[in-house]
Amino acid sequence: MTPMLTVEDLAISFATRTGRFEAVRGVSFTLGRERLGIVGESGSGKSLTGRAIMGLTPPSADVTARRLAFDGIDLLTAPPAQRRALRGARLSMVLQDPKYSLDPVMSIGRQIVETLRTHERVSRREARERALDMLAAVQIENPARVFDLYPHEVSGGMGQRAMIAMMLIANPELLIADEPTSALDVTVQLEVLGILDRLVTDRGMGLIFISHDLRLVSSFCDRVLVMYAGRVVEEIAAAELAHARHPYTRGLLACVPVPGHDRHPLPVLDRRPEWRL
Amino acid sequence: MSEAGIGSGQGTRAWLLSEYPASRMQARLGRAYATWLRFAANRLAVVGLAILIALVLVATFAGVLAPHSPYAGDLAGARLLPPLSPGHLLGTDDQGRDILSRLIYGSRLTLAVVLMVAVLTAPVGLLVGTVAGYAGGIIDTALMRVTDIFLAFPKLVLALALVAALGPGIENAVIAIAITSWPPYARMARAETLAVRHADYIDAIRLMGASPLRIVLRHVMPMCLSSLIVRVTLDMAGIILIAAGLGFLGLGAQPPAPEWGAMIASGRRFILDQWWVATMPGMAILIVSLGFNLVGDGLRDALDPREAER
Amino acid sequence: MTDAVPALSLAGVNVAYDGYRALADVSLNVAAGEAFGLVGESGSGKSTLLRAIAGLAPVTAGTLRVEGETLTGQRRGRAFHARVQMVFQDPYGSLHPRHTIDRQLLEPLAIHGVDATSPRILRALDEVGLGAGFRFRYPHQLSGGQRQRVAIARALILEPAILLLDEPTSALDASVQAEVLNLLEQVRAERGLTYVLVSHDLGVVTHMCDRLAVMHGGRIVEELPADDLVAGRIGTDYTRKLMVASAGFRRGSDGHGHADE
Repeated sequence: MTPMLTVEDLAISFATRTGRFEAVRGVSFTLGRERLGIVGESGSGKSLTGRAIMGLTPPSADVTARRLAFDGIDLLTAPPAQRRALRGARLSMVLQDPKYSLDPVMSIGRQIVETLRTHERVSRREARERALDMLAAVQIENPARVFDLYPHEVSGGMGQRAMIAMMLIANPELLIADEPTSALDVTVQLEVLGILDRLVTDRGMGLIFISHDLRLVSSFCDRVLVMYAGRVVEEIAAAELAHARHPYTRGLLACVPVPGHDRHPLPVLDRRPEWRL
Repeated sequence: MSEAGIGSGQGTRAWLLSEYPASRMQARLGRAYATWLRFAANRLAVVGLAILIALVLVATFAGVLAPHSPYAGDLAGARLLPPLSPGHLLGTDDQGRDILSRLIYGSRLTLAVVLMVAVLTAPVGLLVGTVAGYAGGIIDTALMRVTDIFLAFPKLVLALALVAALGPGIENAVIAIAITSWPPYARMARAETLAVRHADYIDAIRLMGASPLRIVLRHVMPMCLSSLIVRVTLDMAGIILIAAGLGFLGLGAQPPAPEWGAMIASGRRFILDQWWVATMPGMAILIVSLGFNLVGDGLRDALDPREAER
Repeated sequence: MTDAVPALSLAGVNVAYDGYRALADVSLNVAAGEAFGLVGESGSGKSTLLRAIAGLAPVTAGTLRVEGETLTGQRRGRAFHARVQMVFQDPYGSLHPRHTIDRQLLEPLAIHGVDATSPRILRALDEVGLGAGFRFRYPHQLSGGQRQRVAIARALILEPAILLLDEPTSALDASVQAEVLNLLEQVRAERGLTYVLVSHDLGVVTHMCDRLAVMHGGRIVEELPADDLVAGRIGTDYTRKLMVASAGFRRGSDGHGHADE
């Protein structure tokens, strides 16, 4: 099977007053129709990696890679128009907080319809039908009502479902979800993950799930990349997580308090300088 | 020698930019230096600062710099001489007075107006705005309605009315401008106060048992200060223009004071034949206003708290 | 419970913001030296409860007592501030952005007229694991974990008996969270502090607390020892649902279901 996405030696850096800051260094992986988790703490470069694939890095970022290809298309050399056409239609991204990623002055339904009509030639009526179907697919109980609501009129969980509906309406082949549930309450979080899980399975999408929560990611994904200081320190099958080799991965797993595991004090990470190398 | 100079220069710089300052003084100086670096990165702002420094120097050393008396003219031999005449670089006016000398002495008046207005308005606006914003309720309503009343009058018209009532003169012009200038500062300070009032760090300090006065003075005001400084600086250009406008209308500085606006007014009679009489003070006003605007813009970038967060 | 005076006692407390009832008839006792947890989802009123104790939320009915003394209205006396302090959730918002760490720690001492400030500031920094080198830095020069340590130092510098902790680690990375939780436990052990810890994370609460209350919709749904929660001796469906949800995602369950799916 040829991979859908190939990332080879991806590097992202910023010019700062004190010199060049290398936020991502030498990241390589491939992705088929599977779920890949990228885990790391703040500043690990996990979000930038996702954004670089989408072509959404800030203008000050300098992105280089030996190869960054989606379905044979070299993303770094592709003209902006082609990248725009890819975004939304074949590549899609769900961000952490729906409050900031939905347009506040446009109703939810219209945003979904607009997204669909940007990428596909469909009639207004058909677009509306499909948007309603999509809202139903993300388990919104009364799609017709939510269709006309504005983002501030819905709860966080509802907003995130609407966001997912919008991102999946054009049937992308690859979905990048950057902390899609971190702003949500635990019970809502599970519902949203359940929806995401089923849609990815049913539609055979590839998924990159970016999160700070190693346990959550490993319960959701097939494979996990653990990032630290801009590098991938370990790549591991989610089922094998208990046998992680890298001390950072193990430390990250151990330091989270879990009900029923009495450890006082909690083990803390001893960050070693050589992990950065 | 030069190497040692560079070496110690780098030492000072490192000391100022140290991530681990060892004293209150070092921390404060380091922060000031970082602000200066952001300010100096804006070339135009530095040009503006140079203009303002030049203004202060010229005003301070007017007696040394001016080649002639600003008041006594040579009515017989030197009326309305064009620029670049021998002895009169910028020419003379209708009473034979050296325009350059008058501009040099006039800078004192301009600087005095600007400083007095700033000193009178900024603290009043800051105090009214922060107290209204922090106290809320009836105090807020009362203070803001008063502010609105002053805000409702057109600035120049109210200044004109006041000067007409108090009598013309530079002091009355300053009072008139000050009374009409503080309301926007109060509004701005109130808006900033409302933004920080419910911040966790204000709640935290309330939980320490701090009195409302202490919170306003020591915790809220510093947050409003930088935008106030920027706003006042940017407003200075307009204040110079209003002062000049009052002078032009004969309601500000009185003859023979070399006030720039009044100079334009007296020069407008000959604007077609002897253009320089009105143009030279106009240029002076333009350059100084520009200086204040450039500095204000630079300060906005340098003092922006979001910038400082990084 | 015990005949000793509880450190904190709430009876029928109500809080309303513009007609919205954020807390409804909350009654609660926290014993001296106890670590008490408040768990719930957003909007459950758990943070409002802390703010009501601190005098930062409008209490419309009910009585609050701290060490037997009744608090009235939103005003709190100087003695209260010396006994009860709070650590906020967002370490980026709880420190004044324009004051050095030194000044943040000096302020409570100055308000309470404490002399010999310098050694106390140094001791406070030392206690939370920050050296004297941090003293004259500004908050923007610190990481999130370091800021939260400063916030803890500030709360401790007046030597209070009760510490209110409002999601003290939820804005931090997991590894930093572990460090801050260890610090909080260590400080409590050394000083015999009473903690009221608000968190959405059952792991954190069961790790830190002896007893906890589950809140939902402004009410306390259930109050139980942390050990019972861990062992599954749970009285209400809502608590059970929270417990299941926090165990993580399971393939095949769509989140609506329970553990038995």
